[in-house]
Amino acid sequence: MIAERWLNAALYLALLAVPLAAWALDEPFVITLATKIAILAIAGVGLNLALGLGGLVSLGHAAFFGIGGYAMGILASHAQSYTPLMQSPFLIEGTKSMPVIWLVAIVVSAAAALVIGALSLRTTGVYFIMVTLAFGQMLFFFAISWPAYGGEDGLSIYVRNGFPGLNTLDPIQFFAIAFVILSLVLILVSRLSRSAFGLALDGARQNVARAETVGINPFRVRLVAFTISGAITGLAGALFADLNRFVSPSMFSWQTSGEIMIFVILGGVARLYGPLAGAMLFILLEHFLGGISEFWHIYLGLVLLGVVLFARGGLIGTLSRAAAPHD
Amino acid sequence: MSLLSLSGVTASYGPTQVLFGVDLTLREGEVLALMGRNGMGKTTTVRVITRLLAHRDGEVRFAGADLAGKPPYRAAQMGLGLVPEGRRCFRGLTVGENLLVAARPGEWDMARVTALLPRLGERFGQDAASLSGGEQQMLAIGRALMTNPRLLILDEATEGLAPVLRQEIWTAIAGLRQETRLAILVIDKTLDELRRIADNAVILERGRTVWSGAFSGLTPELTDRYLGV
Repeated sequence: MIAERWLNAALYLALLAVPLAAWALDEPFVITLATKIAILAIAGVGLNLALGLGGLVSLGHAAFFGIGGYAMGILASHAQSYTPLMQSPFLIEGTKSMPVIWLVAIVVSAAAALVIGALSLRTTGVYFIMVTLAFGQMLFFFAISWPAYGGEDGLSIYVRNGFPGLNTLDPIQFFAIAFVILSLVLILVSRLSRSAFGLALDGARQNVARAETVGINPFRVRLVAFTISGAITGLAGALFADLNRFVSPSMFSWQTSGEIMIFVILGGVARLYGPLAGAMLFILLEHFLGGISEFWHIYLGLVLLGVVLFARGGLIGTLSRAAAPHD
Repeated sequence: MSLLSLSGVTASYGPTQVLFGVDLTLREGEVLALMGRNGMGKTTTVRVITRLLAHRDGEVRFAGADLAGKPPYRAAQMGLGLVPEGRRCFRGLTVGENLLVAARPGEWDMARVTALLPRLGERFGQDAASLSGGEQQMLAIGRALMTNPRLLILDEATEGLAPVLRQEIWTAIAGLRQETRLAILVIDKTLDELRRIADNAVILERGRTVWSGAFSGLTPELTDRYLGV
């Protein structure tokens, strides 16, 4: 068996090496696939903080993914049409600057996660799942009925937003941005999970009463984790929208929430690199099986069933045979 | 002035009433033994003090504050440190992480806790779930101390342990008693060990306080009547 850290390193290096090789071989489509993996892995790492470490089974993370996407879409659409987003009481203009869009996506999705978390974390178990799902669906239907930004048809952005010093239209440079952000998010979540905060979150997941008797306020640590988790997923949404140069209500849909959760489960719940492994497997299945049959989700379902029944640690857990709290 | 006081406390698990009138008082620096046969309400009393169970009637005061309506984490933050029955550590976390998760500012830190309980220092990086029962119990004591409590509650801290480990834990508790002015509420069945450390005792019988006083005042008649099998 392979030690988990070596497996993590292999996954990380594979994500870097494949697009570099594709760049050398002039295969931009492969680079775009790798970029998609990196972005979806960011969303999965965000969810894994809440789900894996905090035990919060959120079926509404598409809300934050969509908010991030629409933050990009709204700001970029106003920038490309040269119309301000708001004129009074103060002027807010659109922007094509990626860092500004990311900041807005992070702040808005964190604020939404704070509000949704403050309400949904008063429930547990299946009620928590349903409340988070309900919030996601509320935003889905709101986006559908918002004609100013495309309504059901979504919103196309005709330019790629810019990053200082980079040509973001070059697939390898856009991949580099997504890869660096994924790396930073992995470092952040790794540090968080071993900090006093992460330990408190893990403790509250294991046993609320036990955690409370050492002075941990479970609601507060879970709310902070949910907010950070939402912010990370929102950032992924902004990147995903920029990759496709398109946002649509489907980013808010419960299927999107389910797909993010599938990345986490396939790769390994509560494992730092689990979402990366899951996103890789998902995109590979989508690419190869999707080419054979449009009903490729049937095979994805079988793989998911196999993982849940026979490989509770996901890909990482099965290959490394290292136990994790959720296995 | 009392640090902890319970007066006329009643409590229930659903429709089943368990406490019918518990009274006790514990002062700063005092070691109080809470005694009684199995099922008489000792652990329920601890659950009420630590707010894991809300009392129905009566009053529970700690450090001058009424604990009614306060959640367990608030009681812990006020200075109630619990070593629960059954050696409950956080699995998947190392010994060091189990201590860190509970750390609050104060005189008790990693160095002091591992000096009092050297086995924790030896097992610092080890998964807590892989410790022996006695070591897990020491970890539970260390974790409670890391919260820098004003009152340490030991609920059957040596129950089911091998004699050697039991002795080690009692030595650590006695060490605590000598070195600090930490108030301790201790539940245990071993009278000889309690006699070494306890100033006072309270006896519960069917959810009521039936006797309280200096530990030295526990006569063979009392122990036969209320603590004998």
